[in-house]
Amino acid sequence: MNRLLLGLTLAAIVASGAYAAGPDLGAVTQSATNWPAIGMFLFFVLLTLGITYKAAKGTKSAADFYAAGGGISAGTNALAIAGDYMSAASFLGISGLVYTSGFDGLIYSTGFLVGWPIVLFLIAERLRNLGKFTFADVASFRLDQTSIRIISAVGTLVVVAFYLIAQMVGAGKLIQLLFGLPYLYAVIIVGILMIVYVAFGGMKATTWVQVIKACLLLGGATFMAGAVLFKYGFNPETLFAASVQVHPKGDAIMAPGGLVSNPVEAISLGVGLMFGTAGLPHILMRFFTVSDAQAARKSVFYATGLIGYFYILTFIIGFGGIALLMSDPSYFKLGAAGTFDKLKDMIGGTNMVAVNLANAVGGPYFLGFISAVAFATILAVVAGLTLAGASAISHDLYAQVIARGRTTEKHEVNLSKLSAVVIGLVAIYLGYVFENQNVAFMVGLAFAVAASCNFPVLAMSILWRGTTTWGALAGGLVGLISAVAMVVLSKAVWVVTFGNAAPIFPYDNPALFSMPLAFATIWVVSLMDRSRRGQRERAAFEAQFVRSETGIGASGAHAH
Amino acid sequence: MSGSTLGLRGGTAPPPSRNAAAAVDPQIDRIVRTPEFQQLVAERTRFGLILTILMLVVYFGFIGLIAFDKSLLAVKVGGGTASLGLFMGVFVILFAFALTGIYVARANTRFDTLSAALKRSVGR
Repeated sequence: MNRLLLGLTLAAIVASGAYAAGPDLGAVTQSATNWPAIGMFLFFVLLTLGITYKAAKGTKSAADFYAAGGGISAGTNALAIAGDYMSAASFLGISGLVYTSGFDGLIYSTGFLVGWPIVLFLIAERLRNLGKFTFADVASFRLDQTSIRIISAVGTLVVVAFYLIAQMVGAGKLIQLLFGLPYLYAVIIVGILMIVYVAFGGMKATTWVQVIKACLLLGGATFMAGAVLFKYGFNPETLFAASVQVHPKGDAIMAPGGLVSNPVEAISLGVGLMFGTAGLPHILMRFFTVSDAQAARKSVFYATGLIGYFYILTFIIGFGGIALLMSDPSYFKLGAAGTFDKLKDMIGGTNMVAVNLANAVGGPYFLGFISAVAFATILAVVAGLTLAGASAISHDLYAQVIARGRTTEKHEVNLSKLSAVVIGLVAIYLGYVFENQNVAFMVGLAFAVAASCNFPVLAMSILWRGTTTWGALAGGLVGLISAVAMVVLSKAVWVVTFGNAAPIFPYDNPALFSMPLAFATIWVVSLMDRSRRGQRERAAFEAQFVRSETGIGASGAHAH
Repeated sequence: MSGSTLGLRGGTAPPPSRNAAAAVDPQIDRIVRTPEFQQLVAERTRFGLILTILMLVVYFGFIGLIAFDKSLLAVKVGGGTASLGLFMGVFVILFAFALTGIYVARANTRFDTLSAALKRSVGR
């Protein structure tokens, strides 16, 4: 411990020296090794590895591995949900968007939040009452195990893959920038740590990594926003007035700008964000970690509060960036005559607004802290994704489809651990391959697939008596394929990646079209389904309905 | 995390019946016909639906204004710098949180009471 402290102190001294070197070293500062950040990050890693060790000793059954034994409290689960959901992209990306465009940042903040009430009103409690480990448990409750497990697992793995690639590439770039580590090292470190958390510690370790990360991120962001507001006498109006004065767009930053120019695009983006949240497999899995429906509902309430609070903080941080950084040349790459473009020349790009602001309000130690928090943030998100992917492979594809239920719990959990290792290695490889590709559209695509495949299958199987296996299978496939196809044919992939002249699909966001298409397909195909199996499935709705509405018979830690 | 509860959950699911709803419970019919169940489902479905619609109206109303009436959102509030759009955006966030709070408050009192009454009446 003493050696670590000594290391931290030494590291801090070295780094503050590097910072004192001044603004004209802009390009060098980026790649100089940032010791306070690395020291604090190492501390986080040691702490989480300790927790993983403890969790591994307590993880014996499948319920321990997939659902942390169902013994997580509502408050802890809320923090873990927030930790799963608040990615580095939303922290750095939204504060960067506020910095460049002001008001427009709010469009994303609100979109990311409004899915939560929908999760609560339609999904959370019923999910807890019906399921055990994965959302496929719920979707296949009265439908054919093989088909529905396959479509749910494919939906899960597609969402996890796109989300994971975006996170890995983001992690590599970010860590390159913040810590001065080479891209590949960063990707390998992230990959190995997520394998260790998930394969050894399962859901228990993953949950606590997310809880710690959520506390660090919320604490850091609160301090930063507080420091910004403190400089303006805790009066947001003064902060806005100061921002408008220094921002090149002036007063325009207080009004909607160019982000949403096309109404269809805007609504499609909103649909994707709102309903995508209700179809993210790593988020849905969190509801199986609490004891019952009451705890599930409370955890959504608290989580909505934490996430909403966080988005308000990112907004203040973005404006703080405008007011405090824009007139300080030391945060910019200077041109020949010492001039710089306030929007384009920030050191490390506008995604670094929050990081640079940390230095402005709290000095190099706080900069190190926020850098470490950004790294921890990525780790927590990828760990949650890996666990969701591994569970889909072992619990849905292997145990139910391949072994047809004839397997032992121990065998299934071992396969899940192996899957986590494989997913981790694949993620490292993909992170390496996609280094110089445009991955910005991938999180949007993950949300679109979640909204167009996972959410319709889940919602229709829980809420509509008429849903049959054929309906859910066809609708899920249509939603999945149309969402992916529309994104591939859109500008982000068709023009930017493939180099074609014009996009075939005119919008960047497919959810407005692909999600209703999936719902309509489930509805029509189910209505047309005259099979004996279909009739049995409709008849079985009653039993599912009673359990989903009352929790009578639900699997769980609570004994009545 | 009490140790005694883990075993219950950790038990392997019975493999023969791979469809959880396949075993038809004669209790089910009885539960569905109780007035408590019908009232619980009717009230909760309606309440959830109303809140869902409220959320959709508020959020897509906000997005609609951004798309169709940018100048309205640019209007200054009280002669200051902050615009009407900014207040609306923050309002959407607070509204979403308030809705979840309203739902939980109602569920913790009314729905849980109905649910408990139902469980008593079917003897579980």
